[in-house]
Amino acid sequence: MQEFIWLLPSIPLAGFLILVLTSGTLSRITVAVIGAGSIGLSFLVASIIAVQFLGSGDDYYVKEVWTWMSVGGFSPGFSFYLDGLSLVMMLIITGVGFLIHLYATGYMADDPSYSRFFSYMNLFIAAMLMLVLGDNLVLLYLGWEGVGLCSYLLIGFWYTKPENGYAARKAFVVTRVGDTSMAIGLFLLFAQLGTLNIQDMLHLAEMEWNIGSGLAIATTLLLLGGAVGKSAQLPLQTWLPDAMAGPTPISALIHAATMVTAGVYLIARTHVLFELAPSVQLLVAWIGLITLLMAGFTALTQSDIKRILAFSTVSQIGYMFLGLGVGAWSAAIFHLMTHAFFKALLFLASGTVILSMHHEQSIFKMGGLRKALPVSFASFLIGSLALTAFPYTSGYFSKDEILLAALELDGPGIFLWAGGVLGAFFTGIYTFRLFFVVFFGETSGHPPEKEVGGWHMNGPLIVLMVLSIFGGFISIPVDAVFGHGESHEEHHVSALVHGFMVAVPLLGTLVSYLCFHKKVFSIEKLMSYSISRRLHKFWHSGWGMDWLYDRVFVFPFLWLSRINHADLVDRFYGLIVEVSKSANKMVVKSQTGYLRWYAFIMALGLVALLLLGIIL
Amino acid sequence: MILIYLISILFVGGLVAWLSERVDPNYPRIVALVTVLIDLVVMISLLGVDPGSGGWVASVNADWIPRFGISFYFAADGLSLLLILLTGFLGVIAVGSAWDDIHEKTGFFYFNLLWTLAGVIGVFTALDLFLFFFFWEVMLIPMYFIIAIWGHENKNYAAMKFFIFTQVTGMLMLVSIIMLGYLHFLQMGMLSFNYHDLMKVEASGTIEYLMMLGFFVAFTTKLPSVPFHSWLPDAHSQAPTAGSVILAGILLKTGAYGLIRFAVPLFPESSLDFSPIAMGLAAFSILYCAKVAFAQTDIKRLIAYTSVSHMGFVTLGVYAWNELALQGAVMTMLAHGLSAAALFMLAGGLQHRIHTRNMQHMGGFWEKVPKMAVVAIFFSVAALGMPGLGNFIGEFLALLGAFQSNILFTVIAAFGLILASVYSLWVIQQVFQGEYKTDKIEDSHLLDLNRREMIYFGAMMIGLIWMGMYPQSFLNLSEPVLIELLNNTQAVTASVVRN
Repeated sequence: MQEFIWLLPSIPLAGFLILVLTSGTLSRITVAVIGAGSIGLSFLVASIIAVQFLGSGDDYYVKEVWTWMSVGGFSPGFSFYLDGLSLVMMLIITGVGFLIHLYATGYMADDPSYSRFFSYMNLFIAAMLMLVLGDNLVLLYLGWEGVGLCSYLLIGFWYTKPENGYAARKAFVVTRVGDTSMAIGLFLLFAQLGTLNIQDMLHLAEMEWNIGSGLAIATTLLLLGGAVGKSAQLPLQTWLPDAMAGPTPISALIHAATMVTAGVYLIARTHVLFELAPSVQLLVAWIGLITLLMAGFTALTQSDIKRILAFSTVSQIGYMFLGLGVGAWSAAIFHLMTHAFFKALLFLASGTVILSMHHEQSIFKMGGLRKALPVSFASFLIGSLALTAFPYTSGYFSKDEILLAALELDGPGIFLWAGGVLGAFFTGIYTFRLFFVVFFGETSGHPPEKEVGGWHMNGPLIVLMVLSIFGGFISIPVDAVFGHGESHEEHHVSALVHGFMVAVPLLGTLVSYLCFHKKVFSIEKLMSYSISRRLHKFWHSGWGMDWLYDRVFVFPFLWLSRINHADLVDRFYGLIVEVSKSANKMVVKSQTGYLRWYAFIMALGLVALLLLGIIL
Repeated sequence: MILIYLISILFVGGLVAWLSERVDPNYPRIVALVTVLIDLVVMISLLGVDPGSGGWVASVNADWIPRFGISFYFAADGLSLLLILLTGFLGVIAVGSAWDDIHEKTGFFYFNLLWTLAGVIGVFTALDLFLFFFFWEVMLIPMYFIIAIWGHENKNYAAMKFFIFTQVTGMLMLVSIIMLGYLHFLQMGMLSFNYHDLMKVEASGTIEYLMMLGFFVAFTTKLPSVPFHSWLPDAHSQAPTAGSVILAGILLKTGAYGLIRFAVPLFPESSLDFSPIAMGLAAFSILYCAKVAFAQTDIKRLIAYTSVSHMGFVTLGVYAWNELALQGAVMTMLAHGLSAAALFMLAGGLQHRIHTRNMQHMGGFWEKVPKMAVVAIFFSVAALGMPGLGNFIGEFLALLGAFQSNILFTVIAAFGLILASVYSLWVIQQVFQGEYKTDKIEDSHLLDLNRREMIYFGAMMIGLIWMGMYPQSFLNLSEPVLIELLNNTQAVTASVVRN
């Protein structure tokens, strides 16, 4: 069955083609069956392949389908590479992907562009599978750009609103900055190692490059550029919150569970290179830490339910980067998986809330919804607990491993650990702020009559609830991938430290409880100080990063375009034309038709020539 | 002999089309379509020919003006064949796009169309430099008429500009060609304009450099590249759609072909000296024109500037002069031929429907013309270098190869990938997304693509997907040619490098 691994991206691709070629003529049920069914089928195939692969005991499996191109020693193929890492990724993508597709059949039921929606979704899954299964960086890049395209199309899905189009373009262009950095990284890798096959390349790099060599640093920095773009980390994180303009299932699928974790996958996949460049690896950790703290502060100040979740996603991916940076490769991937469960759950539940509230997204216009929306309430409760790493939920295990690994790192480890724990404190606050404001307190405005639902929307929520609670007990088979270099023995920390780590997020939850539920501390009073208002504004705007980028990049570019609208180079040729025309006019004037004038000029010329002759 | 047929079928077909208008104004387009299709079949038959030892699938050599060593020397190898096939394919598409567009003087229009194609095929196959120059001019004049007669509001200016730019720089090339022939006379005792003979001519540094510049300027004007590009936006915005298809799809590629076939192989040493300048110019051209493209409101001018930007990758690849980069340049030529032609057809289709090219008057067309929107997104995405489609293969290989020869300019050029996404998506936003408003346009004719249009857009999509997913079919044809060219120049350039 493993040799049929090419079916995985092919089935969703076929779904995409059918939906595009029929261009909306199919009935809604047919579209739903093709759209969600193709992903379900992919998940089935992926599961069978996974069982077989794990049963075989091999470390990896390669399937070459065809040679993409072969030019002067450069021959990337359409070849699929299956190992523990890609196995985990493909199961997340098809599994969580299927649940979200199923949910979307209900969520999008009233949308006139039903078929268009599912065609993009299927194309996305196909591209995402290419990304994680490709055995060479060019195929990975194909998936990488493909998911970017689908992300663009889906963020701008409701295209009549110009701001959606803006958000879509922003997402594409900002990530493309990272992609270009990654492409240059590919050029450098090929120029140095002569291959872009991932395993060969890692092997060669290990043999030829010394630890800390300039080449290793340069290539990892360039790849990191791609990773921070796709995974919305500093300094390219600004696109993700705006990306929430897309339909909510998209936010769950692309901007929480799968695509935004592609950067984490890329670094994990090329972890050998990062081990050769310890300084860059440490940089990854710092980027993760700073991003997770900044995003945590910002999440505290948002009022849009989806934007809170978006900043929380940025923050959680920050934890994954932190894990990668301290060499806890499998913990980072583990957190990637549990995050996919509980963040997909939170986003889908927020979709139910938004739909039930007739597209209201501000949490302050909600309140007391726990009775009216029981399924969403349960989902949010479980999702929030997992997100804040409540003991024995899925998020607890993965975040714990990352922080412990940080603590064990010599040197800056203690700072990374402390920052991560501080971030967990904020996670507790902002997560339960959302929870208490939306589901408790007074009912404001018009409470929904009933919860939008049905089995195809509630079913996925229930499955994700189960996974969010128990997902931490799944063991991921990535030991062979990260086998060397990772200390995988049990972490030894004192019970006190561990107790502290458990307590901190609970403390955050408590703060949230006191502020937003019991109202022991008044937020209004806090906001009456001008300093807190200013801080609020600053954090609300995402630390002014958009403001900065507008002034550094966007406005100068627009200004340059505006002043050179007419193409300066063309002016030069225009000048030639003007000169010839005026010369022509002058000469025309001299042609008067009077013989005496001509004779005079002739005489003058003769005299001038004679004079010239005398002088010289 | 078959190459002579290829060209003369088009010449004769053009004459017949012109005459047939007297019978019925609808006949010329039928004659033109049949002619181009016959030509395409003949071209495809060349694919089955086993190339001989030199890699030439077809050649013919007859005396023309023996006293001056000028001959009818045509030959086609894999590289020529690829470009001839592109010419035939886009020829059919061009006739199709003119089908409902051209109603006046139809006979003369199709005459000019077919003669342009004949000239282009001559350029792609002539291996006598005098003959090459002859065809260089032949394709110019009918194109001038196409713009000047069937163009839009400012057609005379645009046609004149096109003509003068190409003519003046063509003169520089003619001077270089004659100089080469004369040097051959001095060294070998007889005049010759035969490509293979002229390869053996040796020239001192400065002379060679000047002759190389003559070729370079002529070819980069056609390509075009900054600073010789400013005729293109005018020509494109004024030309009828079929003219734009030929201009962007094929005529520009004659410049690129010239660089690969003549400019570098004839003057390898000075080209090597010159390559940092050429690559820098290419990188500048990519970024500068991408930025200017973004600033345009006229959709055809915008696409024209993007053409210049994309052609920068060709220059970059050619002057990197290694197999990867050259293959990248060739693939870019082919893929851009399709994608740019398709984009101009879309723009032309829009202009035909709503009588404006100003994007500020458009918006929200998606719901009105969904098929057109999907097609536009496909080709825009292809143009911005989406992997899986042909343009990506070209630009990626060009950059990959160029990186090995000049890191700085390659990195600068790579930023073009970002700007390409900026302007491509901006077009989609302005035309198809946003709110649909009718206050500025007359939209009673804003209909979706009809079946005929879908057929040729579909054919071009399949072409781009083929190039993107299995480029080997194309790479295999050009590979032996490029390796031969590399080997021929390697000895020279290697010795220079060693010094």
